[in-house]
Amino acid sequence: MADDKSNATAYWKANLRLITGCMIVWAFVSYGCAILFRPLLSGIPVGGTDLGFWFAQQGSILTFIVLIFFYAWKMNRLDKQFGLGE
Amino acid sequence: MSQFAINLLFVGGSFAIYIGIAIWAKAGSTKDFYVAGGGVHPVTNGMAIGADWMSAASFISMAGLIAAGGYANSTFLMGWTGGYVLLAMLLAPYLRKFGKFTVPEFIGDRFYSKQARLVAVICLIVASVTYVIGQMAGAGVAFSRFLEVDATTGLIIAAVVVFFYAVLGGMKGITYTQVAQYIVLIVAYTIPAVFISLELTNNPLPPLGLFSDHAESGVPLLTKLNEVVTALGFNEYTADVDNKLNMVLFTLTLMIGTAGLPHVIIRFFTVPKVADARWSAGWALVFIGLLYLTAPAVASMARLNLATTVYPEMAGQVENMEEAATNPILYENRPEWIRTWEETGLISFEDLNDDGRIQFYNDSADFTDRGWEGNELSVNNDILVLANPEIANLPGWVIGLIAAGGLAAALSTAAGLLLAISSAISHDLIKGSINPNISEKGELLAARISMSVAIVVATYLGANPPGFAAQVVALAFGIAAASLFPALMMGIFSKRVNNVGAIAGMLSGLVFTLAYIFVYKGWFFIPGTNNLPDTPDNWVMGISPLSIGAVGALINFAVAFAISRVTQEPPQEIQELVESVRYPKGAGMAVDH
Repeated sequence: MADDKSNATAYWKANLRLITGCMIVWAFVSYGCAILFRPLLSGIPVGGTDLGFWFAQQGSILTFIVLIFFYAWKMNRLDKQFGLGE
Repeated sequence: MSQFAINLLFVGGSFAIYIGIAIWAKAGSTKDFYVAGGGVHPVTNGMAIGADWMSAASFISMAGLIAAGGYANSTFLMGWTGGYVLLAMLLAPYLRKFGKFTVPEFIGDRFYSKQARLVAVICLIVASVTYVIGQMAGAGVAFSRFLEVDATTGLIIAAVVVFFYAVLGGMKGITYTQVAQYIVLIVAYTIPAVFISLELTNNPLPPLGLFSDHAESGVPLLTKLNEVVTALGFNEYTADVDNKLNMVLFTLTLMIGTAGLPHVIIRFFTVPKVADARWSAGWALVFIGLLYLTAPAVASMARLNLATTVYPEMAGQVENMEEAATNPILYENRPEWIRTWEETGLISFEDLNDDGRIQFYNDSADFTDRGWEGNELSVNNDILVLANPEIANLPGWVIGLIAAGGLAAALSTAAGLLLAISSAISHDLIKGSINPNISEKGELLAARISMSVAIVVATYLGANPPGFAAQVVALAFGIAAASLFPALMMGIFSKRVNNVGAIAGMLSGLVFTLAYIFVYKGWFFIPGTNNLPDTPDNWVMGISPLSIGAVGALINFAVAFAISRVTQEPPQEIQELVESVRYPKGAGMAVDH
């Protein structure tokens, strides 16, 4: 049973790494590009305004959608790889 | 056919569909009633989550808020969608694996404590009841505008319809009616938006139209909008915000509040597998995104339309914007849709300088040199979406569709909230504490009775909304963010957090958040009992009471970890429970002992 345990631990660690990566992107597009770094991005024009505005009203939502599907797809692979799926 | 008949046809037709679905999907067991039998397809569930989530606030109010606030109110767009990333990765799959019916049940089992479950029930009921009041009131407004009945009669009709499908069908009836309601609301929202986008930018897709050129003047739409609103004394629409800390915290509060709202979480219990819970979060955000990507376009276009309706000279290629701004239309020449909405009191005009023209501008700017003596047109933000088809001169059936859509948004969210409330009462309070030996039949009856009581209470409060109705929605997010979300997350990601830690954490997060809100908004929202005026210079570090939930959540985490560290670690079987929710496969596999 020791193998099962280390297998399970490895699966959980892989999941945590994946979540951390996704959360960094999540925070970067919304709190970063759309709010805190907006002045830095003000030089990049997008349709009459700047990139930060685009991230605030469109870019972050689009990124969120991609992130969730990416996570679901990766986790399905992890479930299979570690034999822990249903 | 008169507009009234068209509206009646659309609203009546959609209601007939909902009731038909309710009869088809009658709940026979508690499993049907609480989690729709557990067999809902992830795409179906995603659509149901979309309708469950998008309330009267999303459908009616959000575009108006963004139109008024511009960039600063992007917080709602990011906050109300970003929470789904948290749900998909931090909560939904594990709570689905846990495989029970309610949110307080997980908290009670994981923290092996009836008190913890009770605290969760209280947080759930306060957050959900405050939220449901707004939905019922929204349904009342939609009824009174489109069906020419008074708001109370409208509310009672809405309550009877919800009663039918929610009490009979439980989660099963609610799920399938929500799918129908999603389709009604998204069609109703996007059709007028497409026409307005075509008219203003020649681009049929509103999200692209937002960043395209304004057809009449040839400059980008947002540049045009900035020029128009600044000439009327407002801030630029795309202007940056000075108080970034508050903007970050407000967005964070909305995100973790979204993830912690029980009526959304329980929707993830209805799918067959853990993997399906992840997929449904993705689909939910796709369906929500359709509206949330359209809303900012509707917002800026409606704002521009409104200004150029009053100042027609501003619309085209303008040499001198200041000069165009001195020439508003005569009140007697106002368009038909302003006349219609004046009857509801949501638009009103007062000729302060007696020149017969409509001066519509930012009051705090000084335009006495133009002979203006104050803003003369007040427009309620909530009408922007509802009036859109009339502003764009769309045919009568689109107005009927908007009426059905607004009601679908309000009723679907109300039903989801009512289910969360009734399951907390029948499953967590009655079966969990008062009478654990209750039969399944008895519990099902209790669930139906508590749902009926909840509908009566919500209808009463919707008809007589307390004066603080607008503020309580913020309260719902603050409570969910500061109490439920951290407890759920720690329950999954930490084996060390124990019963005492979790209860202390939830209570301190909750008390801190409530206290900060009450200091500025009045204790229990009683007017005049606030200790400090609710203005930015009085806020601690510029943090508004609406943004404080995120700080409350941090306090919750910190207190729970600190207290758990100095008290006994959770028993072995609880640590095994935590292990088991982490892996999709059967619980026995995960642990070695």
